[in-house]
Amino acid sequence: MKLVLEKRPERSRTMQVASPLLAVALTMLLGSILFAVRGIDPLHAIYVYFISPLTTLWSVEELIVKVTPLVLIGAGLAICFRANLWNIGAEGQLIAGALAGASIPILAPQWDSALAIPAMLLLGMFGGMVWAGVPALLRNRFGANEILTSLMLVYVAQYLLDWLVRGPWRDPQGFNFPKSIGFNDWHLLATFGDGRVHLGAVFALIAAAALAVFMARTLMGFEIRVRGEAPRASTFGGFSVPGTTWFCFGISGALAGLAGICEVAGPVGQLQPTISPGYGFTAIIVAFLGRLNPLGALFGGLVLAICYLGGEAAQVELSISEKTAQVFQGMLLFFILTCDTLVRCRVRVEWAARRTSPAEGRLPLGIGSASSRTADAGEATS
Amino acid sequence: MGTTDHGGRCGYLLEAEEIVKRFGDFTANDRVSLRVRPGEIHALLGENGAGKSTLVKIIYGSLQPSAGRLRWGGEALTVPNPAAARRLGIGMVFQHFSLFDALTVVENIALAVPGPFDRDALAERVARVSEEYGLPLDPTALVADLSVGVRQRIEVVRCLLQEPRLLIMDEPTAVLTPQEARQLFVTLRRLAHEGCAVLYISHRLEEVRELCHHATILRQGRVVADVDPRSETVSSLARLMVGADVQSVNPAAREAPGPPALTVTGLSLPAGGPFGVPLRDVSLQVRSGEVTAVAGVAGNGQSELFEVLSGERPAPTPESVTIAGQPCGERDITERRRLGAAFVPEERLGHSAVPGFGLSENVLLTRHAANDHLVRTGFVSGGRVRALADRISTRFDVRFSRRDQEAGALSGGNLQKFVVGRELDRNPRVLVINQPTWGVDAGAAALIRQALVDRARDGAAVLVISQDLDEIFEIADRIAVISRGALSDSYPAHTIDRERIGMLMAGARAAGPGPERDART
Repeated sequence: MKLVLEKRPERSRTMQVASPLLAVALTMLLGSILFAVRGIDPLHAIYVYFISPLTTLWSVEELIVKVTPLVLIGAGLAICFRANLWNIGAEGQLIAGALAGASIPILAPQWDSALAIPAMLLLGMFGGMVWAGVPALLRNRFGANEILTSLMLVYVAQYLLDWLVRGPWRDPQGFNFPKSIGFNDWHLLATFGDGRVHLGAVFALIAAAALAVFMARTLMGFEIRVRGEAPRASTFGGFSVPGTTWFCFGISGALAGLAGICEVAGPVGQLQPTISPGYGFTAIIVAFLGRLNPLGALFGGLVLAICYLGGEAAQVELSISEKTAQVFQGMLLFFILTCDTLVRCRVRVEWAARRTSPAEGRLPLGIGSASSRTADAGEATS
Repeated sequence: MGTTDHGGRCGYLLEAEEIVKRFGDFTANDRVSLRVRPGEIHALLGENGAGKSTLVKIIYGSLQPSAGRLRWGGEALTVPNPAAARRLGIGMVFQHFSLFDALTVVENIALAVPGPFDRDALAERVARVSEEYGLPLDPTALVADLSVGVRQRIEVVRCLLQEPRLLIMDEPTAVLTPQEARQLFVTLRRLAHEGCAVLYISHRLEEVRELCHHATILRQGRVVADVDPRSETVSSLARLMVGADVQSVNPAAREAPGPPALTVTGLSLPAGGPFGVPLRDVSLQVRSGEVTAVAGVAGNGQSELFEVLSGERPAPTPESVTIAGQPCGERDITERRRLGAAFVPEERLGHSAVPGFGLSENVLLTRHAANDHLVRTGFVSGGRVRALADRISTRFDVRFSRRDQEAGALSGGNLQKFVVGRELDRNPRVLVINQPTWGVDAGAAALIRQALVDRARDGAAVLVISQDLDEIFEIADRIAVISRGALSDSYPAHTIDRERIGMLMAGARAAGPGPERDART
């Protein structure tokens, strides 16, 4: 018997929906094996990891808090990745947005106006856009690889934040802790429920829906999709290559910046050396889990937020490191990319009986049957 | 070269018996049988997609049959991979060469020769064998500096060094000038005379009649005839190959041509990449009402010329390209389309169409800026785009299994009809088309050629860039020849013959590798 991977004539619509679900299922399966190996009851562990975050009101609110930045960033990255532009520096754009937006509550803490919050949000988006504009500029102007430049700018942003909260923006009354002043109430986003869920959640919903319509219905969205599918066709269609690069980096940077300012003006409430548990990187998985569709990012964001919370719950209940969450993230990304093969290809089982070869073993010129079997095996595994 | 008795029951060197190959639901070879004798030049004839390539890939070991068997000298065997085929004595020259541009001739050959690398000895052998078979090669020349014809010689010599008993040639003359093709035929006849069998794949009927002793004709994966081509006519072979009479293009009455609608003046352009072709002082006028053809062997600057005409690459000065009297050298492709020009590039998948998109979205690709109201304030009107796709599909007989099917799932002929139809549907004043019927079945090719001629008769200036001389003589009013990035004057089609075109195609290349290298740098 051998397994043959066959190209489908067209992309399978069923698999486009099923592949992310399959990836989640496979991650759970492999996860339970890992738990079992470590002597933890796999069913209980999966419950703690994936179900318990959904069982109390507190944890559901916490879930929304974590989903918010993941969806904001993931929806923007989905557009970038669709154009084959690899912005993997969203974490840096998030920090840049947080810094730009936080300049108002820190430098003008007494400015109490209805304009303050919109100004902070706009500055946040602007900051993220500028940070993402650097790799776009370098790529358009010099052909520099945007993967490297956007990633390296993450570290620049992190050190800039670190320097600001230890230096010029440190709270003078803060006992030398590396923190800015706490933002005044009028510089914090409106909240819902118990006070953790904030206005950013609404922005995330709007962004995902608007970008989905944008990609499906507008000429610019078409242009971006053509660029990713067939770059020569996009030039032939008369679309500007630098133009799409600017646009994609601009929009994903702005959304990452918005996520950043929403974090510091929401759950965090001030600047500190760490303002994000790697949302910008996790959002890469969110985008892929959502099949690079902005609406799909809602689903992807939910799964990965559960992963974060599940990691914390597992630390408390099962006494295993919360780093397990990162293992799960890694497995998830691996399985998504693997399962995506099934959109373009299907697996067929070929039974040995159909492949009889009467002459095997008596070939002239010393070509043994062994070599032909190895070739078969090679084909089957490839 | 093996001239001894090849054994076997009936003296056949290679027998393919009832070969079946399925790809999913598609049957590429359906119980195909083929017998080749030593010393025979055996043609495998068929349209694109008839299953010729699949069959030879099975013989060469790069595909395994789903059913059926091969015999070699009477012995049944499986050929698990190309290396095993080479050990048996099967050599193959592919249509697309596998040569490294940055290496010399002898280095490229050394990569395929097993055993330790002794450059001087091998160079001496290459020089000797190539001379012996009338395929002179300079072993130390850099492949990048060589013409396509000479590159093919490297592939042939590489096979000859392994002393093959069966040589498979896949569409070898597609890249050759008529003179180069004749030279190749001399070599093949000589090989056959020495007892080597040649399996010759082609869809060019004249050369099969001239060269081959036997022809197996495939249609839609099946053998439809086994004939002696020398006793057939071109039209009887064509009928067998296509399964119906092939319509010839109706040239229609010509009025006096109008003024030039597309002009190129003194256009020079550096090579786009390390192995691209620079354009050298190209001048051309395409008149309204006429089909002007640019003939030439592949890789002589045709793609570069197309890109600079379409605006995908800007020209050095505004005046070097004019469309409808407007200087266009620095205008982009959208502005040129707005002036009434339309373009069809050579490569369908990924250039003229996006393979993963449906037909309607592929309409949008080149029509979004035209005056069809497909886009309003940035939003695409799905209904209008689909209606336009339907209109084009009906008008140009595009067949698909599902409405708005992915472009990549269409056959080459159907997709090309769609792509050409998308542009002709706009009634362009200027049409530039590169290799209009490359890889397209005969029925679709006839329809496309007729549509091009009709468009010209309706007053458009049509520029056809093609490697296919039969096609050019069928539709062109004027012919120019491109060679090494330089374009000849254009001649009325009835005043120029194949011989003359062949000379122009060879152009500066007659001089040999030395001066060529200078010309490129």
